Amino acid sequence: MRAVPLAVTAFTASCAAGNGRAALLEALRSRRSGLAANDFTGTPLPTFIGRVAGLEARPLPAALAHWECRNNRLAWQGLQADGFLDAVEAARERYGASRVALVMGTSTSSIGATEEGYARLGPDGQYPEELRRPPVHTVNSLGAFVQEALGFSGTCVTTATACSSSAKVFAQAERLIRLGLADAAVVGGVDTLCNSVLFGFNSLELVSPEPCRPFDPRRRGISLGEAAGFALLEREGRGPWMLGYGESSDAHHMSSPHPEGLGARLAVVQALERAGVAAADIDYINLHGTASQKNDEVEARIVADLFPARTHASSTKGWMGHTLGAAGIVEAVITLLALESGLMPGTLNSTELDAACGPQIRLENGEGSVRYALSNSFGFGGSNCVLLFGKARLQ
Amino acid sequence: MSARSYELYVEGIGFWASRLPGWDVAREVFRGGAKPPAAVATRPSPSILPPAERRRAPDTVAVALEVASRACESAGRDPKLLPSVFACTHGDLHISDAICETLAKTPTLVSPTRFHNSVHNAAAGYWTIATGCMKPYTAVSAHAYTFGQGLLESASQVLCEETPVLYVAYDIEARGPVSTMQPSRGVLAGALVLSQEKRERSLVRLVLEVRSDSSARQSIARASNAALVEGNALMNALPLFEALAAGVERDVVQMLAPGLALRMRVVPVAVATEVRAELRQRTQ
Repeated sequence: MRAVPLAVTAFTASCAAGNGRAALLEALRSRRSGLAANDFTGTPLPTFIGRVAGLEARPLPAALAHWECRNNRLAWQGLQADGFLDAVEAARERYGASRVALVMGTSTSSIGATEEGYARLGPDGQYPEELRRPPVHTVNSLGAFVQEALGFSGTCVTTATACSSSAKVFAQAERLIRLGLADAAVVGGVDTLCNSVLFGFNSLELVSPEPCRPFDPRRRGISLGEAAGFALLEREGRGPWMLGYGESSDAHHMSSPHPEGLGARLAVVQALERAGVAAADIDYINLHGTASQKNDEVEARIVADLFPARTHASSTKGWMGHTLGAAGIVEAVITLLALESGLMPGTLNSTELDAACGPQIRLENGEGSVRYALSNSFGFGGSNCVLLFGKARLQ
Repeated sequence: MSARSYELYVEGIGFWASRLPGWDVAREVFRGGAKPPAAVATRPSPSILPPAERRRAPDTVAVALEVASRACESAGRDPKLLPSVFACTHGDLHISDAICETLAKTPTLVSPTRFHNSVHNAAAGYWTIATGCMKPYTAVSAHAYTFGQGLLESASQVLCEETPVLYVAYDIEARGPVSTMQPSRGVLAGALVLSQEKRERSLVRLVLEVRSDSSARQSIARASNAALVEGNALMNALPLFEALAAGVERDVVQMLAPGLALRMRVVPVAVATEVRAELRQRTQ
């Protein structure tokens, strides 16, 4: 089934490597990583994290204070970057507040607030008074907060499929628009650092003691990060275009990818078919590239098998870490920036490439004309999503 | 603005609640022909999982896989071929409680199994692994609007991709301090196999419309039925299952957001038994 091409008329991302497009692009160009030694957890955990600086000092505005928590703070900061709020306001006026769909992706939403409730439980078994706000403690905290912040009254949902969450939101929005259930959509995702993921990934022995080194034979695991990103999708307009997407399941294991990457391959092929673009025409691929042993090995083989040597492929996790449910949107934004600027990032922190890598996977940044690009997101529970973006709409 | 309407068919139904364990039981109670069992069932035992995994499965996984496999069975559809949509308001509250408690005391002792079972897509992941299904799944949440949003996503996949889709919705009982902010009582789960085309197995036709309407209100289940799932976070799912059991045409309003309604006309596909037998003969 072909997708309806959608113009990405506004987009933005905020993460440890930079708040907003200009800062992120500059960090990518100058190869400056936002990863630093873990100073987030009370109990020491020797790892590197991509923490967004200064969030603690930036509370939500009074009118939104009932949504207060780290995740919604980062969402709010992200919405304010790059004139995104203005673009959304214009869209709301153009289409009507009920005709712009909102589809948000997250992995842990505001579980950090629930963790804090448990850490500060009173003798009565209750969270402290200021944390007794039920809408903040559920998965949809993100969707409901952004809906209120944007003044939308249309359909609103939070998708939580681990690390593919904020890639899948593009597919979901495309279907709503294709069916005429919405005229435009705001998609995106937010995930913030919390003890659940830091100690959870640590329990799975997937956390690296040093800044992550994607596709390096000496890689030692992932670096966790946090991010917020958003995009406005419309049937007409200026901007790069979302031309296709592919979604699939591994049907293999809860926390380990399929050994031959069967599911991931299906998603790549489906994205190409849906867009009507040949693998040979893909100029840039933003890989999932978490720096876990298995993901990188499997993903490297898929790229080597399916794409020509000239395709420039890289993982950008060395800049901001693995931002989990926000990884899809952050990497979609980097891919969109590549289409606009011609900058194809390399892979940071890594010094050599794993033997499984073909000539496509690059350590150094590249420059060139980027017409078609992919962004890969593969999640826990075997959920895969691949997005295909183009510089122009296909005729 | 006049809303466009969309048509699809329900081919298979799965249902499980602590007081209504299974669709056969629930359907008879909803029709008013039977009393609910006196005993409260603890959780289902989905035969789709190998026995050891069945015991170890978190409650969310057990109940979601039970209703999902029943719905596929009744539709006569191979689960491998169905994309799926999983909707759950709060995720696995037992696991959230256990992890938050461990994090508060001894964070380095978080259990790796609990952690990977804590993701919102755990049930969907286990389902695709158990059935060998490589079709896409998704996992969504929308607080009080979870059931309607999951249904909307399912319908949009059916209609856009022209494929039958499995829709699974579930919520379990809250335990520990999370229950103060994410209250949910008992277990409630429902599953539907939805498709675009009418087949022999089609049970009802759904005519859907999405309308912006500030006066629209969520349909409410009959009091005696509502009492059986009282307090579950997914209670809003009940009116649709009542309508599916009714055997006569019904309208159900499923709210999608404040002021946004999914209106559904639930029309039984009235194929008499003898007609069905004749159809079967003709296709043989």
